[in-house]
Amino acid sequence: MSTARHSPVRSIAAHAVLATYTIIALFPVFVIVINAFKSRKAIFRTPLELPNADTFSLVGFETVLKQGDFLLYFQNSFIVTVVSLFMVLLFGAMAAFALAEYRFKGNSLMGLYLALGIMIPIRLGTVAILQMMAASGLVNTLTSLILVYTAQGLPLAVFILSEFMRQVSDDLKNAGRIDGLSEYRIFFRLVLPLVRPAMATVAVFTMIPIWNDLWFPLILAPAEATKTITLGAQVFIGQFVTNWNAVLAALSLAILPVLILYLIFSRQLIRGITSGAVK
Amino acid sequence: MGSLALKNITKSFGQVDVIKGVDLQVQDGEFVIFVGPSGCGKSTLLRIIAGLEDASGGSVEIDGSEVSSTPPSKRGIAMVFQTYALYPHLTVRDNMSLGLKQAKHPAAHIAERVDFASKMLSLEPYLDRRPAELSGGQRQRVAIGRAVVRKPKLFLFDEPLSNLDAALRVNTRLEIARLHRELGATMVYVTHDQTEAMTLADRIVVLNGGKIEQVGTPMELYNDPANLFVAGFIGSPQMNFIEASHLSRGDARTIGIRPEHISLVPSGGDISGRVSHIEHLGADTNVYLDCGAAGLICARLFGEQNFEIDSTVHAKFDDNRVFRFDDQGQAIRQTS
Ligand SMILES: Nc1ncnc2c1ncn2[C@@H]1O[C@H](COP(=O)(O)OP(=O)(O)OP(=O)(O)O)[C@@H](O)[C@H]1O
Ligand SMILES: [Mg+2]
Repeated sequence: MSTARHSPVRSIAAHAVLATYTIIALFPVFVIVINAFKSRKAIFRTPLELPNADTFSLVGFETVLKQGDFLLYFQNSFIVTVVSLFMVLLFGAMAAFALAEYRFKGNSLMGLYLALGIMIPIRLGTVAILQMMAASGLVNTLTSLILVYTAQGLPLAVFILSEFMRQVSDDLKNAGRIDGLSEYRIFFRLVLPLVRPAMATVAVFTMIPIWNDLWFPLILAPAEATKTITLGAQVFIGQFVTNWNAVLAALSLAILPVLILYLIFSRQLIRGITSGAVK
Repeated sequence: MGSLALKNITKSFGQVDVIKGVDLQVQDGEFVIFVGPSGCGKSTLLRIIAGLEDASGGSVEIDGSEVSSTPPSKRGIAMVFQTYALYPHLTVRDNMSLGLKQAKHPAAHIAERVDFASKMLSLEPYLDRRPAELSGGQRQRVAIGRAVVRKPKLFLFDEPLSNLDAALRVNTRLEIARLHRELGATMVYVTHDQTEAMTLADRIVVLNGGKIEQVGTPMELYNDPANLFVAGFIGSPQMNFIEASHLSRGDARTIGIRPEHISLVPSGGDISGRVSHIEHLGADTNVYLDCGAAGLICARLFGEQNFEIDSTVHAKFDDNRVFRFDDQGQAIRQTS
């Protein structure tokens, strides 16, 4: 059994499969990034070639950065993502703690209700959401996006976190209670640090769809002041002419912040995925 | 300053009644041990005393005052858990002092108490380590230290030794006994290990299915069990139970005899059987006899003894040590 697992043939095969998958997954990203550094002609003539002395051009980035609002779009995306993420993690963890820790009437029903959102896409409610936002005067504000994304992220967060919180030792929480810690201290100081890997997992799964979303920014906050980066990049896609240099440059830039956030969480994430397997 | 009274405590989880009316008085300074089979409600009862769980009915009094609306931290108790339950992000010193810090004791006072406890449990070298850097035995000593630092009126232990290996268990058991002597505090201790119960307890409470079967000193339970359950639960190997109809011994339903009170004789005796298995333990030898309809009987003989497997031997019961039980499983006490 253990010799089979360590045989070189198997290990090469496993690596080959993983490498193939990695290449397939990263290929589109790779093409976007290399083409962002090429002149318009080269993009169409030799889309798969690396930029060389002839074809290298930063015109896309120049266009993007000259288009003064671009930094603002970035900022909007960043604010929306980070604030939504914070709210999802905080409220998700709190709800998960209550579901996992306290016995009350309708506990499991409540858990089911909160998890229902995983199966029903929030976009089905777009019309109603738009009406609500219009009624409360939140159209074209970042708040509207933050509220929607918080709602969108909560079900999965509650579901995953409550599962993890059930595994936190009761004895530890009880020891805290005997030492006179408040329920809030127990939650923040004892339980949260122990489910940190799960929090990181939830953070990554929550963050990426928010950052990439085009739907809700387009519907709820299309105004110039509240455009997000994915929506902002659309200005370069015209009905008749598309400024491919600028689109590719904008998309390349848009990858950076998520990449950074991901790197921050990934150390925790790996532990989250493998926890339970290795104690 | 540490008496405990339980008055008709009941507890249900939904439809399931887990504790079905428990009354108990624990005197100041007493060491009381709860024993019983797994799932009989020992931990639940302890958590109710600690205030970690609300009783469905009845009242808990600590030091003569009813505590049902007092939070755990204000009950003057300390608890040691089976899984140690140390705070993973704090050093040993901080683990021990957290409770007092929460209660706003002055720093000098806290340091003094931590000093006292760590001396008592020889924890000084580890004070600045985190729990992850300690062995299991050291962790449990820290957990005990954390309890000692609080100077509780009442110590609660929930199977504190069951995660330790055999040698460490003996050491820590001696440590707890010493702690009880030196501090003179009241202790309530849950275990399902008989040796712990017999060696540590002033009084043992035998629980079964959420009810108290019997309360008494270890020797009372051994010499005078109130019913079949207690008789079978205390003592190892277990007491032999034989239907009285297989023996010529008067007016009982069941006869009980401990393995150590049986001697094997060449002829005569109370019952005869075929030797089916022998266990050599060095100091003792356990001989299992297949007595046909009367069932399997274990005899515990002193020293090293040898018998042929399948040979027939005769078992003689020590007349003063025979227990008799009636139809309801209650002991029929000798009217002497
Ligand atoms: N939170 C709970 N919800 C429902 N039932 C529970 C809960 N906690 C305990 N029980 C039930 O109560 C009964 C007693 O549990 P308890 O933990 O007190 O047993 P125990 O005597 O300590 O057993 P062990 O020796 O295995 O620790 C068990 O049958 C258990 O299933
Ligand atoms: Mg228990």
